[in-house]
Amino acid sequence: MRDVFIKALYERMLTDDTIFFLSADFGAPALDKLRTKFSDRFVNVGIAEQNLINVATGLALEGFTVYVYAIAPFLSMRAYEQIRNSAILAQIRGININLISVGAGLSYDVTGPTHHCLEDSCIMTVLPNFIVFSPSDPVLSEKFVDYSLKQSGPKYIRMDGKAQPELYTEGHIISFEDGFTELRKGTDACIISTGYMTHQAIKVAEKLSLDNIKAGIIDVYFLKPFNEKLLVRYLKKYKHIITMEEAFLNKGGLDTLIENACFSNRVFVGLTKLGFGDRYVFDVGNRANLYKMNELDIDNMISKIKTDITSRSKS
Amino acid sequence: MDSIECLKSKAVWVKKELLKIHKIAPGIRIASSLSCVEILTTLYYGGIINFNSQNIFWEQRDRFIISKAHGSVAFYPILADLGFWGMEQLALVGKPGGILADIPDCSIPGYETVNGSLGHGLGVACGIALALKRKNRKEKVFVLSGDGELFEGSVWEAIMFASHHKLNNLILIIDNNKICMLDYCKNIINFEPVEDKFKVFGWQTTSVDGHNIPDLYHALIHEKGSRIEKPKVIVANTVKGKGVPRLESDSLCHIKSLSIEEIDKLLMEMH
Repeated sequence: MRDVFIKALYERMLTDDTIFFLSADFGAPALDKLRTKFSDRFVNVGIAEQNLINVATGLALEGFTVYVYAIAPFLSMRAYEQIRNSAILAQIRGININLISVGAGLSYDVTGPTHHCLEDSCIMTVLPNFIVFSPSDPVLSEKFVDYSLKQSGPKYIRMDGKAQPELYTEGHIISFEDGFTELRKGTDACIISTGYMTHQAIKVAEKLSLDNIKAGIIDVYFLKPFNEKLLVRYLKKYKHIITMEEAFLNKGGLDTLIENACFSNRVFVGLTKLGFGDRYVFDVGNRANLYKMNELDIDNMISKIKTDITSRSKS
Repeated sequence: MDSIECLKSKAVWVKKELLKIHKIAPGIRIASSLSCVEILTTLYYGGIINFNSQNIFWEQRDRFIISKAHGSVAFYPILADLGFWGMEQLALVGKPGGILADIPDCSIPGYETVNGSLGHGLGVACGIALALKRKNRKEKVFVLSGDGELFEGSVWEAIMFASHHKLNNLILIIDNNKICMLDYCKNIINFEPVEDKFKVFGWQTTSVDGHNIPDLYHALIHEKGSRIEKPKVIVANTVKGKGVPRLESDSLCHIKSLSIEEIDKLLMEMH
């Protein structure tokens, strides 16, 4: 996902000399070509996320379109005040600054809780005048490049740290105005997911169909602005909704957005919220292992969903 | 010498206006504001900084970031006097209908960006200085920081960045008033001598009496014109609460306010 983004940005930089790319000493194979070709517009600020945002803000104030690139937990949490006070408050002057935050959720699985990032979707959507983009696949990621160049303002791009397969084909409608796409229509339940979890959602939906539960899938890629009014129209046809996000539960992420949307629009449905509990993940293992240890493997998720659907139908 | 006398009398006027603001807005940090009056006066009335109050983002302006939060209020009378906005705003500090709060925000004409919380100004200035260099522009970037602000780690990230990138279009002025909120800086974490730290980090350094307008003027003119391939810092040694004996002698002066009677007496005595 990040590679296609960087490759697409490289192409734009060939013809647009107002684009700057800053990194906090964080790389990618695709970045090597960019930083060699554009050595005057690529700056490695060092392992200094606070200065990364401040320098980016200064460049943006002088009219450059700036992309910053760093590891998700450090970009989102060490530099949180710089994002708030520099990048966002300076938006009053119409700056274009894009934060490429790599390592959403448990992307960096075996590196442990300091490198996990289960908070960013919550704490970034709190900030006013901010766009929070959470792509699930490389097609979305690449498409966002042109959007980010045209749409001024500060943006947070929540990238997975590992390569993810394409989900979107030519048959899918991608609308950044809508902020989400219905990947699969259902009748009994609807899974609403974002980022990496949308890949899990597809597996869950397929397995549910074996039990004659037809689950739709909505992939939300704009956590902010969140097109609540439009999304609610889709949700109204379901009796049960499942939210899936690689983030802490009940802290303001996708599950909270959906719950609030349902409640404030009087959509009274069953709700199963799947994500991580209120604790840091010290378990050791790859992503699949960590999911199993935290009862978020496919079978566990299926079991929770079926229990919730069954208990609702009895009540 | 006439112009120096003009600057001196302008500095007195700025102080008087500051005290009048303090009268209606007791929450402003008057001591922090009083230590940088001569610096701001010299920058803006001494012809150091190019600006256009009728076209605030004029491309040929020198960029000035005042990063010392509460002390940034000292800039209010100057911006009003120079026509960035109306003088009537000075009577509305902290009041509904006005644009000026106890700490200025980046929406106020004349302020390039945020002015506190502390530790942001120099990093943003580095980005601006880098941008100007890439665009081959000659304008300079000035930053005014407090010495207590140097405790912020982000400042040192920016200090290293500026030196590595040879941002010689960047001039940092430290209002070295030696007092934080609760105590003298040297009693909290002693980083004196400040100049040595900057030298080690690859900056051109100079120090000056921050209340001596001729000295300030010459230091600023010299650093603005210097072509040395380094960022430059002017350590302006100042007194927190300058001109108010009760504040000057108090390590807690940052959080002290003056009574209306004290202000009136000071205004009578000032000339």
